[in-house]
Amino acid sequence: MTEPLTPEQADRLAVSWRDAPGLWGFLTTVDHKRIAARYILTVVLLMFLAGMLALDMRLQLAWPDMGRMTPQLYNESFSLHGSTMLFLVSVPVMEAMAIWLVPLMLGQRALAFPRLAAFSYWLYLGGVLMLWVPHAFGITPDLGWFEYPPLSGPGYGPGHRVDIWAQMITFTEVAALAASVNVVATVLKMRPPGMTLARIPVFVWSQAIAGLMTIFSLPAVMLVTSMLIADRLVSTQFFAPSAGGDVILFQHLFWWFGHPEVYIIFLPAAGFVSMIVETFSRRTLFGHVAVVLSMLGIAALAFGLWVHHMFAVGLPRLGNDFYTAASMAVALPAGLQIFCWIATLWSGRPRFDTPLLWVLGFIATFVIGGLSGVMAASAPLDQQITDTYFIVAHFHYVLIGGAIFPLLGAFCYWYPKATGRLMSERLGKLAFWLIVGGFNLGFFPMHLLGLMGMPRRVYTYSEGMGWGPLNLVATLGSAIAVAGGLVFVANAWWSRRHGAPAGPDPWGGSTLEWAVPSPPPQHNFDHLPVVDSLTPLWTQKDALQVMTGLAIERREVLVTSVIEATPEYRQKSPKPSIAPLLSALAVTILFIGSIFTPWALVWGAVPVAVALVVWFWPQRERARTGPLRVRR
Amino acid sequence: MNGLQSALAPAGEQAAGIHGLFWLMMLVCGAMYLLVLGGVAWALWRAVRRRRTAGEPAINPPDVGLNRGLLGWAGLIVVGLTVVITASFLVERNIAAARARDALEVRVTGHQWWWRIQYRDPRTGGWIETANELHLPLGRTTRVALGSADVIHSFWVPNIAQKLDVIPGRINLLDLTPTRPGWFRGQCAEFCGIQHAHMAFDVKVDPPESFDRWLAGQANAAAKPADPVAAHGQRVVTGGQCAMCHAIRGTPATGRAGPDLTHFGSRRSVAAGTLTMSRGAIQGWIAQPQALKPGTMMPPVALSGADADAASRYLMGLQ
Repeated sequence: MTEPLTPEQADRLAVSWRDAPGLWGFLTTVDHKRIAARYILTVVLLMFLAGMLALDMRLQLAWPDMGRMTPQLYNESFSLHGSTMLFLVSVPVMEAMAIWLVPLMLGQRALAFPRLAAFSYWLYLGGVLMLWVPHAFGITPDLGWFEYPPLSGPGYGPGHRVDIWAQMITFTEVAALAASVNVVATVLKMRPPGMTLARIPVFVWSQAIAGLMTIFSLPAVMLVTSMLIADRLVSTQFFAPSAGGDVILFQHLFWWFGHPEVYIIFLPAAGFVSMIVETFSRRTLFGHVAVVLSMLGIAALAFGLWVHHMFAVGLPRLGNDFYTAASMAVALPAGLQIFCWIATLWSGRPRFDTPLLWVLGFIATFVIGGLSGVMAASAPLDQQITDTYFIVAHFHYVLIGGAIFPLLGAFCYWYPKATGRLMSERLGKLAFWLIVGGFNLGFFPMHLLGLMGMPRRVYTYSEGMGWGPLNLVATLGSAIAVAGGLVFVANAWWSRRHGAPAGPDPWGGSTLEWAVPSPPPQHNFDHLPVVDSLTPLWTQKDALQVMTGLAIERREVLVTSVIEATPEYRQKSPKPSIAPLLSALAVTILFIGSIFTPWALVWGAVPVAVALVVWFWPQRERARTGPLRVRR
Repeated sequence: MNGLQSALAPAGEQAAGIHGLFWLMMLVCGAMYLLVLGGVAWALWRAVRRRRTAGEPAINPPDVGLNRGLLGWAGLIVVGLTVVITASFLVERNIAAARARDALEVRVTGHQWWWRIQYRDPRTGGWIETANELHLPLGRTTRVALGSADVIHSFWVPNIAQKLDVIPGRINLLDLTPTRPGWFRGQCAEFCGIQHAHMAFDVKVDPPESFDRWLAGQANAAAKPADPVAAHGQRVVTGGQCAMCHAIRGTPATGRAGPDLTHFGSRRSVAAGTLTMSRGAIQGWIAQPQALKPGTMMPPVALSGADADAASRYLMGLQ
């Protein structure tokens, strides 16, 4: 066992990694934990706002011929709800969990590119403000979360509503690319010694795979929204049929991103579930290899089935059938994962604390969404149910049941690590039952409504259609789920001060983040751990092997090899800097300006270049510390 | 549920095929769901029984039985998927088979927010135009050529067939083979702007001889006004603002921007399914279109009480 750092050494280490105090520290920090916390708080606020929009729409639909919302307001509401939830909540919150957890799970003091993480948050915040500040002034996108031309083109979408939507996507996608590059590089090159590819925790795998998918798919949506802006700004006519353009090109490019996006959201959720199931079943996860291979399989298939969003477009039928087969094939890897989680529970000794309850709620709900997805993958059946409430039900089952439930479980699971206190189990269980019960009550009837002919995105319907009673049930269920969400947030708020102290490892977890105090110090680990298995805290219960030799006086991280994670060199980790914020501001000016004039791309590039020069100004410092050593 | 616009009450060959596929998939997916829930219930039951055996976590237990179970589960999923993929392919092939048949030719054009409908005239070979009400002969395939005048819409009569998008710059063909007579309803299924919710149409399926009679009637010019009030109404409609956008064959009204009104009074609804046809509905629609369907292209038309009454009488008489 290595002797712990002396108090004097510990002080010096803490000083090296400390942020400046006050506002300056807030603006310059590159601490992955602070950045992730910002992401998550922003997401919670947005979820509340977009949830209120949803409730508002449900009230409008609760009875036939309701007049409480104008069609314009309704169209704005579902557009803002969908755009916020897909682009500003689901994807960013998964990235935030990666930014917070990946370094902790890898026994590292920082991400590979700490300043890039700060930049990604500031730019994401720019996207949030891009959408919501104009909303406060009544300029709100009103064409849904995918704005098909020509409705969104210059002829039918005057004003700046569409530009705001399209440029919001550019913001969030640049931010997401920055976050993903960071996570992937960290996972590939900064694993602790001993953590070979075979010993990477499932959650870290899921984030690395989701990161790679992001890198491959997001450029398509940035391209397509940029083409849309070009059509609107400089009349490029990409999507103008009268000038030889093609409106379907937009749909192909959008869904080439849009379908992988669903798995970019789902895979990290599967990672949460794997970690929670393992810890609370008190056994190593059954079928680790099967689960990881399933994730890779889903990632590969994800890029070959975008056409199932376009079955009603009128593409060749035989071609559609291939996409049917490819889409349904996803059921195989997804089904194997479900088996592995249930088998782990079955053969373990499960403890039913709130995080595990969320996993059970996830399985019961998500599998319905998965199976309705198999139904929607059938080209002929989809041509009946697409663009109806059946699809609205399906994707809420997949996104809420499949991603948000595991996220809430993960929130309960890692909350004590982040805050040092446990959440109230009683309030947690109340929130669980309200949310899971309310959600299923609210969304299950929508399957039926869709089959009964109710199209999505209608602001009202007449009494004679007979859709009233089920819509009323749907509204009631949604209201219950929203109440549950408020209980959940109240629990998190209350427990921060009054929860039971957690200690470093309240659940008996197996991965490295449970080896550090709760909340973790800014440098995370005094000594870098050395790993001998998938579950290091279970196999090295008494003495976690560590590595010494990293500097105390300055920020240093360890870089290891991709396959075997053997130490390669020490890397200086950047200090806090204002450059990420300045760069994000410069990019924000360029992006916002470019919806008004193409010249913004020219003149806006100058401040961006200046900010980047400040950021990357070379510094020549060399390591002065001694050799690296592994000690027990 | 009135069953007029429902995928669960098929009244067409295409919808019936898909309806059968739906129930097959419900069966396969329902069985899989029950298996998953059963597995969870079994795991919970075992957990409750072994509650007190806490202790050190188990690291890599042998799991021989579970590994076999995983293989069996994978096999089961593959079998289930093979069944539904094959069934799906066969249904798709049946739908495509109708393309080989000789069919009645109809053109449907999506407009923000109404449907232009044109039938090929069997006598002259020209086009007979109507709007927002599609009549189909029972038992015969009708081939709808879908085009758009503005943005993307989606043509959907769930009782009779699957939906198909209406895309500017393209013509999409959809075969409809109704098997049950009666009234049905269709609705735009692709968001197309502020009044997407009010872009519906009525569908009437008739035995072939009634259908032929109806079509012959549609080919005729508009009925002459039956009385002096209606005659005044005709002057109001065809001599004023209405004629800028609407056509009434046999009168000076030849506008093309809005729906053809030649046989308007014979239709079941006003403003693409927004109101039930009646004189009151017509008058209300003329006076306050923006209140009934906010955002519609139809402008309010200020008429005196007598003019409005006469106009509605005339329009109602356009049988």
